[in-house]
Amino acid sequence: MSILSTRKADKIDSLAEGGTSLAMDALRRTFRSPVAILGLVIVGLFVILAIISPFIAPKDPYRPYPELKSELTPSNIPGPMPGFLLGSDQNGYDFFSRLLVGAQQTLFVGVFATLIGVAIGMIIGGLAGAFGGWVDSVLMRLTDIMLSIPSLLLAISIAALLPGSQWTVIIAVAMIGVPVFARLLRGAMMAQRSSDHVLAATALGVKRKTIVFRHMLPNSIGPVIVQATLTLATAIIDAAALSFLGLGDSDWRRAEWGLMLGNAQELLSVKPSLAFFPAIAIIIVALGFTLLGESMRESLDPKNRR
Amino acid sequence: MLRFTVRRLLQAVPTLFVLSILVFAWLRLLPGGPATALLGDKATPERVAAMNEVLGLDDPIFVQYFRFLGRILSGDFGNSLITGDPVMEEVGWAFPATLELSVAAMFLAVLFGIPMGYIAARFRGRFLDNATVVTTLVGVAVPVFFLGFLLKYIFTQEMSLLPPSGRQDVLIDATRVTGIATFDGLLTGEFDATWDAMLHLILPAVALASIPFAVIVRITRASVLDVQGEDFVRTANSKGLTTQIVRKRHVLRNALLPVSTTIGLQTGLLMSGAVLTEKVFAWGGLGTLLEQAIQQRDYPRLQGLILLFAVVFVLVNLLVDISYAIIDPRVRVR
Repeated sequence: MSILSTRKADKIDSLAEGGTSLAMDALRRTFRSPVAILGLVIVGLFVILAIISPFIAPKDPYRPYPELKSELTPSNIPGPMPGFLLGSDQNGYDFFSRLLVGAQQTLFVGVFATLIGVAIGMIIGGLAGAFGGWVDSVLMRLTDIMLSIPSLLLAISIAALLPGSQWTVIIAVAMIGVPVFARLLRGAMMAQRSSDHVLAATALGVKRKTIVFRHMLPNSIGPVIVQATLTLATAIIDAAALSFLGLGDSDWRRAEWGLMLGNAQELLSVKPSLAFFPAIAIIIVALGFTLLGESMRESLDPKNRR
Repeated sequence: MLRFTVRRLLQAVPTLFVLSILVFAWLRLLPGGPATALLGDKATPERVAAMNEVLGLDDPIFVQYFRFLGRILSGDFGNSLITGDPVMEEVGWAFPATLELSVAAMFLAVLFGIPMGYIAARFRGRFLDNATVVTTLVGVAVPVFFLGFLLKYIFTQEMSLLPPSGRQDVLIDATRVTGIATFDGLLTGEFDATWDAMLHLILPAVALASIPFAVIVRITRASVLDVQGEDFVRTANSKGLTTQIVRKRHVLRNALLPVSTTIGLQTGLLMSGAVLTEKVFAWGGLGTLLEQAIQQRDYPRLQGLILLFAVVFVLVNLLVDISYAIIDPRVRVR
């Protein structure tokens, strides 16, 4: 084991413990806590908003309005006025409608960055956990290397190579999660390998493929789901950080909270709300996913099983 | 202990080796290859060909790699495209600024994080505990750079209490000794320079401290709760030691072990955060160098900085591992 694997990796591995079945039990315990319910409500509202926002947005978020544009100067961005609840943004677009629609794009970035990270991570971790031996060693060294680069720098080094598009941001942010999910699934599957029911299945002559897919994977998936929930929060924040550093989507018209926040940084003295509202939206959503993820993690922990 | 240290050191070698291959391959993945990266998109094919010749890009790939390895081992990371100066020189100039900011942030995080985590654990389930837990969750959810903006907005624009950016007032003619502004003033006796540097340091350090602070509070809280239930604490209590001594000697001391590891792990986050914080406060450290390199697509500098950050991160974790083994002998045999 290399040095990093012992620290960062132990931490990830320890999350993998206790993922053994009883999913319903864990779920039931999760939603006894008010914290979890609060998280679920925030996430639920966010998802609903993301779905319905294009239909409820009072104005078209992707076109400038002459009545806003006429008053727009470098030192003055129009505030609230009739028909435009939060006034204009720096380009003469309706800020309120863009904030609403931003939920959709933000969810899109967060979900795809997380899903890609989970998918690649699970392939690596699944192979390592299923085969063990040298496959495991090689793949885990690979994750060690990825973990040895500070997360945002990993994303920066990928984003700097690709043209500034939404998918660049998604892929760069997804890579942060890859080693985490790989280690997590691998750790959980390793615990399964030595468990009684896998031993029993092996003794009965069940094929390895069946053991992996029917016995090991389903029982190892709990910690991955928890981590994915937490990653959704950090993915949205990391995407915003990339936009802030100028590595975000080059299509400035797109209404995505991270991009809106990144593009508003020069306008703090002119109209601070252009940065504050997207930021507050990001904070609330990130908090929602974190609350949900943390309470799920707590209820998966066997120490809390009552 | 020596064997443990040597073993850990040897384990770092393959990590660094593969890392160097990846960073080497990274520049080669660029559309158009490294020559285009160095010359810019508008370079003529002839100039690209000439550059390929100069850089030796026509040689076999492993020859190129070992040449690259030889260069970085002797500390040559090439020249920055923006300034034309050697990357190592720029790094040497900017590093003290980042070090100062990171150490100040970590100091704040530890100073407030450990007591808060301990208090939360002692009042488990009560209001104080819940409030602390919620605070730390919010702390993680706030983007570091936005917190920086917020602090800047409140304390400089609204209240004009603190300087908005930079490391020192331009009017102060401070002598550079180590490059750590707060420390230099003390060395040369220019106390006004130290005071001014400290005022500049407060806001960025608080912004950068937010995430390590939240993590330290939560780890301390969890760790104290764990230790409180241990048999040796019950023994200590039942043999009649005062609560104070039990808390200090038995609970806190053991609870701080996992916390010390976390502090090492936070350096990665701290480096990521420093890049963002330095941009908000125009700090002029490694983060500023990195940010400029991104804006101008200065790949030699970017390559050098990414490698440097990774190496520092690996080494800090190595140090943490070794110091952990000194504090807790059980680790050595693992």
